[in-house]
Amino acid sequence: MKKIFSIIFSVSILAFVTNVYADGHKHPVTGELLADDQTFTYWALDEHSSIDPQIVEDVSGSDIIRDLFEGLLNQDADGNLVPGVAETWSANDSKDVYTFNLRKNAKWSNGDSVTAHDFVYAWQRAVDPSTASPYSWFMEIMSIKNGAEAISGDVLPSDLGVKAIDDYTFQVELTASLPYFAAMTTHATTFPTHKGVIEKHGSDWTKPGNMVSNGAYVLTEHVINERLVRERNPMYWNNDDTILEKVVALVIPDENQGLTRYMAGELDKGPVPTGQFKKLKAEYPDQAVSFPRLCNYYYTFNLSDSGIEAFQDVRVRKAMAYAIDRNVITEDILQAGQIPAYTFTPGATAGFDVPSVAFSKMSQDERDARAVELMEEAGYGKDNPLSFTMIYNTSEGHKKIATVMAQMWKQKLGINATMENTEWKTFLDIRGKQDFEIARGAWCGDYNEASTFLDLLTTPSGYNDGKFTNAAVDKLMTDAKTAGDSTINYTTVERILAAEMPVIPIYHYAGVFMLNKQLKGWPFDNVEQNWYSRNLYKIAK
Amino acid sequence: MIIPKDKISNLSKNLSQMNEVKGRSLWQDAKIRFFKNKAALFSLVTLLIVLLFSFIGPFFATWSNEEIDWSVLGDISTLGYPSIETGHYFGTDELGRDLYSRVIQGTKISLMVGIIGALIAVIVGTIYGAIAGYFGGRVDSIMMRIVDILMSIPYMFVLILLLVIFGRSIFMLFVGIGLVSWLDMARIVRGQTLSIKKKEYIEAAITIGVSHFTIIRRHIIPNLLGVVAVYATLLVPGMILTESFISFLGLGVQEPNTSWGALISEGAGTMRYGTLWQLLFPLFFFVICLFSLFFIGDGLRDALDPKDR
Amino acid sequence: MIKFTLKRLSVAIPTILILIIISFLLMYSAPGGPFTSERPLPEQVLKNINAKYGLDQPMYIQMFNYVRGIVTDFDFGPSFRYKDRSVNDIIAQGFPVTLKYGTWSFVIAVLFGVSLGIIAAIKQNTFLDYFAVGFSISAQVLPNFVMAPILVLIFTLWLGWLPGGGWEGGKIQFVIMPVIALSTSYMASIARLTRSSMLEVLNSNFIRTARAKGIPKYKIIFSHALKPTLLPVISYLGPAFVGMITGSVVIDMYFSTGGIGLHFVNGALNRDYSTIMGITILVGCLTITFNLLVDILYAWIDPKIRYDS
Repeated sequence: MKKIFSIIFSVSILAFVTNVYADGHKHPVTGELLADDQTFTYWALDEHSSIDPQIVEDVSGSDIIRDLFEGLLNQDADGNLVPGVAETWSANDSKDVYTFNLRKNAKWSNGDSVTAHDFVYAWQRAVDPSTASPYSWFMEIMSIKNGAEAISGDVLPSDLGVKAIDDYTFQVELTASLPYFAAMTTHATTFPTHKGVIEKHGSDWTKPGNMVSNGAYVLTEHVINERLVRERNPMYWNNDDTILEKVVALVIPDENQGLTRYMAGELDKGPVPTGQFKKLKAEYPDQAVSFPRLCNYYYTFNLSDSGIEAFQDVRVRKAMAYAIDRNVITEDILQAGQIPAYTFTPGATAGFDVPSVAFSKMSQDERDARAVELMEEAGYGKDNPLSFTMIYNTSEGHKKIATVMAQMWKQKLGINATMENTEWKTFLDIRGKQDFEIARGAWCGDYNEASTFLDLLTTPSGYNDGKFTNAAVDKLMTDAKTAGDSTINYTTVERILAAEMPVIPIYHYAGVFMLNKQLKGWPFDNVEQNWYSRNLYKIAK
Repeated sequence: MIIPKDKISNLSKNLSQMNEVKGRSLWQDAKIRFFKNKAALFSLVTLLIVLLFSFIGPFFATWSNEEIDWSVLGDISTLGYPSIETGHYFGTDELGRDLYSRVIQGTKISLMVGIIGALIAVIVGTIYGAIAGYFGGRVDSIMMRIVDILMSIPYMFVLILLLVIFGRSIFMLFVGIGLVSWLDMARIVRGQTLSIKKKEYIEAAITIGVSHFTIIRRHIIPNLLGVVAVYATLLVPGMILTESFISFLGLGVQEPNTSWGALISEGAGTMRYGTLWQLLFPLFFFVICLFSLFFIGDGLRDALDPKDR
Repeated sequence: MIKFTLKRLSVAIPTILILIIISFLLMYSAPGGPFTSERPLPEQVLKNINAKYGLDQPMYIQMFNYVRGIVTDFDFGPSFRYKDRSVNDIIAQGFPVTLKYGTWSFVIAVLFGVSLGIIAAIKQNTFLDYFAVGFSISAQVLPNFVMAPILVLIFTLWLGWLPGGGWEGGKIQFVIMPVIALSTSYMASIARLTRSSMLEVLNSNFIRTARAKGIPKYKIIFSHALKPTLLPVISYLGPAFVGMITGSVVIDMYFSTGGIGLHFVNGALNRDYSTIMGITILVGCLTITFNLLVDILYAWIDPKIRYDS
């Protein structure tokens, strides 16, 4: 079999297909004594945009939807695929027709059976222009037949390449061979929705009382900007294995306040404000947690015509990248297990070997010395200092990093960098129009694969705000789509990036939060951080 | 354009003489009364000391307001405390920058914001409110509906547009603050004017044919100054803090420059993490200046009260 | 007065229309739109969304449809940000919250503020006066974004008496801290305005006459001095009440109350046009209503006040 992606989601059905015993006081697998109060309360920075599976676009909304709804497949604690509503699934040899066999005991919270027709309805709904789903593009990249055409209104949504062969067999036809297609069905956009309920209540169907869902929990309360409560769904097919009774999301828009309330015992999962991790870890070693995430943080040069002359010179770009002491940023400012970045792609990405690019091997002193040389070669120095403005969106963390970078450039290279912050939408507008000189950027992977990052720096990418263009990179990334093993393509691209330095990688994210030590089962090893409340439980003190 | 210098100096001489002749009874008296008020005088001196400090202070600083002390960065709560030895008299902020220098620099900005903002409010608000209240009827109705609208429009968009159209600068910060600061003042002044204009002496002035403009200037406004002075001092803290919100949108003060509002809000964010000095130093300056301004406001009110004459 | 009220109410409609037009213009000229995001949406997807929300039409048509929706169905449209919710939902959920803690704050601020101001004025230059002035200045200079976290630290983390935030339908324990944090600075302003206004009134001729006649002091204060004292205070209270019941973003942020203060600021930051318009119209209606009430109160306080020219 040809592998396009080096990661393959191996099918590992979890061993614990067991029941919670009637007394409910011991965890059925681990035997840990369970707490009487099985309520999990977690902190959310912002109100989610929607809890309609076909409409949702943000992480916090998807977290809720994974509890309320269940798609064809789920992820386990390591990110491997496990059965959801589909018990088994298979693809034809050319990997462009996928068939899912649904379990017969899956039920909606109103008692109706979950059938293949529900999936057909939901998937057609996702591409229907009248739904206007901001995530309809996800159906497009799933390469479903007639997907793009349905979105643009050229064919009817009913022509989408999905069908219910019978009540419990769901089949998808693709326009291309897609070996990782099954993994994409863990995404909220593909979750089933109940046609009758949506048609009855219209856009009000997501309100508590109206909503009918098929996940382990049902929605019981929702107050915008305050809380969302979901409680055990007794109709869920695997309800016996659900341990947490109630899950509460509290919106607290201030991190420090969130931490205070965590400390006061109001939250089981709370935030760690920038720069406080080290201290919290020392004080609460069993509660402060940190693990690598699939996100990067960088500054991008504007290489288009509207950028400044100096940044067209690769020596300047390199010098500026070299002069940043990333260890200061990760260890002294962020302090929470973030990883200094010398490549665009995070090292935690599956199947990505971090190449040793030129400047990652040097010591910081060597880098600084080289940076000074490069700037001199480029004709800049104390008597002819380089000046530019750097933009970032308003945030305490961004401000800290920008300040430190500006100071490092100033002290080491005599650069005058003026910092300018704006609120988010203005920032996006300015950056998107190339109305900047150097701008902050960050990217989180859509999936666990290096191309989700590296595609950003190709010429046609809509996210390439610095307008970096390199024919070799474009070709390598195009080839990677069809290559058997694309690892080498990615390392080569990273080497080119290190030589051309269109962006300055700063660090790779870490997931950082406070977690009640009674709460167990958090999937730290799931790099996409897709967590399901039904896999969590609270042990007795 | 060339204007003869001597003409200008003549003009200004004339103007200043005019003021003196006309103002003696009112302003001179007020001055004497104000300087008799010990609390107000003490406050004025305090304010001047703070102002002086913001200019002399930098000569004693060992760090600039943007320099990062790399040796304390990463462990501010144990290394960044206030100390004479390290040269950080007020400690450092979260990034190891000298809080002493930052407070001094923030003092300049915030005092300017507070005072200029209050001036705009006083001048625009008083004139606008007095005209609306004095003429009443349709004039009042239109002028006050404009205020109603300005009070209700989404102010944030005005600020964002100012940023996009004119770019960031300190001047635009004042425009942003000035745009709203006078609205409440105008309403208060108008309310007082409505009452004052029905007083016998105003009606008498109208009867003997004194011009409207003169009545407003000579009789209405002096009677308003007490309330205006007190209300102006009430506006100052709000304006100083509004500045940090305007800066959040990108219009105002940008890093590495700072202001009291920004310093206090940073300090408030980290107050639980063992770096309380980051809140206390800027807050201290903010508080003593506002205390001073309040007593000066009260002193002005007492001094300007025409009934005491 | 009835004629006056009716006249004012008839002006309210064009005022709101002008407010809508200005706000529309402001919002649409601001950079970025409701669907601008870190990952620009594919063109076709954006087209579908714009079509769904009617954003593909010229602005004047959008405006017309918007106004028509309000007039015919009292429908303020769907929220562009919270896609499961309509603006009617958001306001119906958020406004009662803000109204509750805002009204409580207002009542407390007025009761305590006015009493404190009167006491301070009557006992001018005594310990009571200094205490009242000191208290009100301290309350005003402590910004609520400093006060809110301090309250939570004390009452939630250390004492464990009150929940650190949330609303839960407005149970008393969730209302206390928001009310304290919101009311203190208004209370302080009211106290200071009352004090200075009362001092001015006590100095005026008619009170001196009353005193000379030997009328008891408390009677002078309550039946003669109080009404004119309240004139400037009431001008301040109109906008202040609107400010309190339309919420404070700081309160909603720090106490997770879910009020419309945060909706308004988030709405502006997210370019959630429909939510901003809905709240702007609400604020506009309240501003117009309360400024009208203030004008009616003026006439009650000072029967000489007339609104015809």
